[in-house]
Amino acid sequence: MLTVQIDKKLGDFHLSADFAVRGASITTIFGKSGAGKTSLINAIAGLSRPDTGAIHLGEIPLFDQERGLCLRPHERQIGYVFQDDRLFPHLTVRKNLLYGATPLRGQPTEIKFADVLDLLGIRPLLGRKPNALSGGEKQLVAIGRALLSNPRLLLMDEPLASLDFQRREDILPFIEKIRDEFGVTIIYVSHAIEEVIRLSDEMIILSNGKVAAQGPVDEIMSRLDLHPLTGRFDAGAVISTKFASYDPVYDLGELNFPGGQIQVAGLNMEKGTPLRAHIRARDVSLMTAEPKGSSVLNVFKGRISDVREEDGPQLDLSIDIGVPLIARVTRKSYDNLGLRVGSEVHAMIKAVAIDRRSVGGIKGRGR
Amino acid sequence: MVSFTPTELDALSLSLLVALWSISMSLPLGIGAAWLLSRKSFPGKSIVDGLIHLPLVVPPVVVGYLLLILLGTQGPIGGFLKDTFGITLIFTWKGAAVASAVMAFPLMVRAIRLSFDSVDRGLEEAAATLGASPTRVFLTITLPLILPGVIVGMILAFARSLGEFGATITFVSNIPGETQTLPLALFTQTQTPGGDASAIRLLVISVALALFALIISEIISRRVARHIAGAGSKS
Repeated sequence: MLTVQIDKKLGDFHLSADFAVRGASITTIFGKSGAGKTSLINAIAGLSRPDTGAIHLGEIPLFDQERGLCLRPHERQIGYVFQDDRLFPHLTVRKNLLYGATPLRGQPTEIKFADVLDLLGIRPLLGRKPNALSGGEKQLVAIGRALLSNPRLLLMDEPLASLDFQRREDILPFIEKIRDEFGVTIIYVSHAIEEVIRLSDEMIILSNGKVAAQGPVDEIMSRLDLHPLTGRFDAGAVISTKFASYDPVYDLGELNFPGGQIQVAGLNMEKGTPLRAHIRARDVSLMTAEPKGSSVLNVFKGRISDVREEDGPQLDLSIDIGVPLIARVTRKSYDNLGLRVGSEVHAMIKAVAIDRRSVGGIKGRGR
Repeated sequence: MVSFTPTELDALSLSLLVALWSISMSLPLGIGAAWLLSRKSFPGKSIVDGLIHLPLVVPPVVVGYLLLILLGTQGPIGGFLKDTFGITLIFTWKGAAVASAVMAFPLMVRAIRLSFDSVDRGLEEAAATLGASPTRVFLTITLPLILPGVIVGMILAFARSLGEFGATITFVSNIPGETQTLPLALFTQTQTPGGDASAIRLLVISVALALFALIISEIISRRVARHIAGAGSKS
């Protein structure tokens, strides 16, 4: 459990954060470039000192302005995976990994060298120097190095930002495994909404140095008023589901949620696996009559519960189909169909619009 | 086989002794001063910076005379050294080493300071988040990474020491077998009628020594650079 309540002025920029983070979970700090994400976690790590406030990790005060207390970074037991890997160039991968693994930092759940090597699959790299590694391998080693210091809290500052899409996809499952297998509390900083949805249990939206919203990912993503902050293009509802069945003939997976079933292309998992599905508002279309002869597999009946009025050609609608679903339609269609809050509509989602990328594990929830 | 005369042998071994003592004495101070100038800001920093670089800009004779005043047996520091530790610097090879060290100090500090400046502070931060104390960070991260600069600084200082003339002759005079290093011996021969042949021999020895030192330093630098960059090929 981490509680943060700090203020810091950096020239014209004013960082003012007040939030708490649950243990053994992944919390993402989401925000655009320049929102203060890195400044915030640097303050948590002790790399910069806030002007006022306090930071507590569990019962231990890390920073308390009133008591004049500010632990230095090496006294905080906080692991940090930086955006750039920051591997020590003169040390081998093995020595990099073991740099922080001193027995003095004994923790009840000590993270073992062999376990980390197996989890991250970096055993073949041990004898190499960092400049003989690829970008993805470097980040895996950096993650392993931070883990092996047995941190009470692991900060990750856009660790995948410098990697291409495929490498990101390769590494994301490892981060989920870290939470699930080692029970480490993770604060993950990102400006990529897909990563946030995929990884996090709770999210904090940081905007202009202030916490704009905090809460469970599905709740935050369903709020129309936050769409300017979560990004217009990828905005959309996040629905908590369980994997129900797989149809091998058509390569379709079926997910159960309180409002029914969603079919998803190319997804096969163990039955009952909890999953979070991200359904982008732009992938949802609406009909007032029951659709017939449509290629769309997922059709849900519901009522419009909220409309977000905006300048421009389009509108975001929140539709109650048992859970909130968000649809983006043109203002023209909205007027032509005579829609308003309370209207009954059929929401259609193409199964091919939801894929593995839009679905994230939520194993850590509720622990 | 080349054989040296006793005077040449004295001058050669004395030059090496003086140069080696000079760099080993000034190395810790040089690293300290470079660190201070690169990493810290404090009032009077530009004055400290100026003082360190003074020997680079004033005539060596001035430095030698200043040392004579400060470190002579009657001088404030020299008197203290003589009374407390029984150390006399003036007219001894130790004094020659001090003169060389002072003259070479700015070159050493410059080189080391540049490599302090080029160390990625992010690596030091990363080490701190892994639980390393500032001392451990310095010894295990910073120092290995500035090693190429330290070596360059040592080589520059060594070369400067071998060539030191003005401050040495002013401070510790030109005593064969005690303070007469190669440049001083060469100077003596050029002032002696019929000393041309000896002077040329000393000239050749000086050049050979300098070349030898450069080659050794090149080998060491390459090794260190390879160690830091990593032996593996890029993938």
